[in-house]
Amino acid sequence: MSIAPAHPDTGPTASARRIGAMVRRYWYLIRGSWPRIAELAYWPTVQMILWGLVSQFFMTHSSWLANAAGALIAGVLLWDIMFRGQIGLSICFFEEMWSRNLGHLFVSPLRPWEMLVALMTMSLIRTLIGAAAAAGMAILLYGFSLFDLGLPLLAFFVGLMLMSWGMGMVVVAMVLRFGLGAESLAWVAIFAFAPISCVYYPVSTLPESIQWLAWSTPAAYVFEGMRAVLIEGVFRWDLFRGALVLDALYVAIGAVVFMWSFKVARRDGRLLQIGE
Amino acid sequence: MTAAIEVAHLRKSFGDVVAVDDVSLVAERGQTVALLGGNGAGKTTTISMLLGLLTPTSGTVRVLGHDLLAERYAVLSRMNFSSPYLDLPHRLTVRQNLTVYAALYGVAAARDRVAELSDRLDLGEFLDRPTGKLSAGQKTRVALAKALINRPEVLLLDEPTASLDPDTGDWVRGYLETYRAESNATILLASHNMAEVERLCDDVLILRRGRVVDRGSPAALLGRYGRQTLEDVFLDIARDRRSGDADTRGVA
Repeated sequence: MSIAPAHPDTGPTASARRIGAMVRRYWYLIRGSWPRIAELAYWPTVQMILWGLVSQFFMTHSSWLANAAGALIAGVLLWDIMFRGQIGLSICFFEEMWSRNLGHLFVSPLRPWEMLVALMTMSLIRTLIGAAAAAGMAILLYGFSLFDLGLPLLAFFVGLMLMSWGMGMVVVAMVLRFGLGAESLAWVAIFAFAPISCVYYPVSTLPESIQWLAWSTPAAYVFEGMRAVLIEGVFRWDLFRGALVLDALYVAIGAVVFMWSFKVARRDGRLLQIGE
Repeated sequence: MTAAIEVAHLRKSFGDVVAVDDVSLVAERGQTVALLGGNGAGKTTTISMLLGLLTPTSGTVRVLGHDLLAERYAVLSRMNFSSPYLDLPHRLTVRQNLTVYAALYGVAAARDRVAELSDRLDLGEFLDRPTGKLSAGQKTRVALAKALINRPEVLLLDEPTASLDPDTGDWVRGYLETYRAESNATILLASHNMAEVERLCDDVLILRRGRVVDRGSPAALLGRYGRQTLEDVFLDIARDRRSGDADTRGVA
């Protein structure tokens, strides 16, 4: 009987194979359950319909919104991208905890950073499914196409996804550290950032004393940039650069906190015990 | 030739609680070694440290010549593990789970390997059913298939036949004997099942409150304690009786 596995265990190819295996694992889960696919599109679509109606009302009662047609709907869609991105990453990790599979994964050659890359990939896939459905509905119902933003849309998407991954990693780390009792963080944590992300209003609306908080979040740069495109018709590179710099910081902090939490979990024996 | 597993002065404490205290063991290639002990004796904690799932407070672990703390990823693809404390994703089918783990372990020709395991472990009937919908016996066979997916040189099993009916338990033991004979793998198992340990193991470490209180081959332990079964030896140790006062057994 041959003993050693034939594929190499180290190097980029081996890492890609393991990341691919994890992505396949989560894809099996989505593919095998139509309610899961429907759930991915459900909330973004409901949110978009609701805010689309609000937007239509205000367009006839607000000169500012009349000049910024689509600002509310675009805000809703982009905010949902960030929310879905963070939830997508967290939920995939929770799946391992719910099914008591973490111990199996981490006695395999899977590295923690490979797990993070797989989670980010799945977060991207889940978000694209949900956002595409909602964006399609916005075109059908309100004649507003998010894709009219053109290339800036890609910049906004990148800026928000990176922030969502940084936050998702911190949420996962907290749940790894404190157990599944902390899983509700996945649903509520991001809303602490909603007021200072300035999704529906300019940063200048905030009291001056807390505007620095808004400028500490990549999302505020993205939404300011979005309004600049919709109202002034210009893409603000300075805002995009600001978002990317902060995104790098958020992702780095998220990764460090996750690795710390993983180390503590190994010290405390939580990888074997944790689960429902 | 280096031993498959070398553990020296392993210790793990959680705050004031010492779960494993100065455990040392050597398992040669092709040997089956048992960790025997009551609940809370430190068996699972020891196995977790041998896998790197748990970091020791002190002591060293070498597996297949590699220091597990410093070079864990050099050896994980040559080991595997099964435990009743872990499950495979419930909603994935057995085939999907095995395919994912084959890729994680870098198994070449994964489809053929899954088919081979399905054949040998008799999984065919439920290979395309969700893992969560299987009976306990079927789940145990699937867990064993996952543990063997990479043809491990070192196999760690935590209570491999816990909660199985006698027939399935016997079947699992038989398969482990076959696997060892074919692959010369080293098997370390933690068990409460004395008959299992007598049948499978070359060497036994008896743990109590995290410490190794005795060790030897099943035959040596039976001789030392003057008992007919390992269960009697275990009870002697659990109740602090040595062979000298074995005749007090049964006296209130």
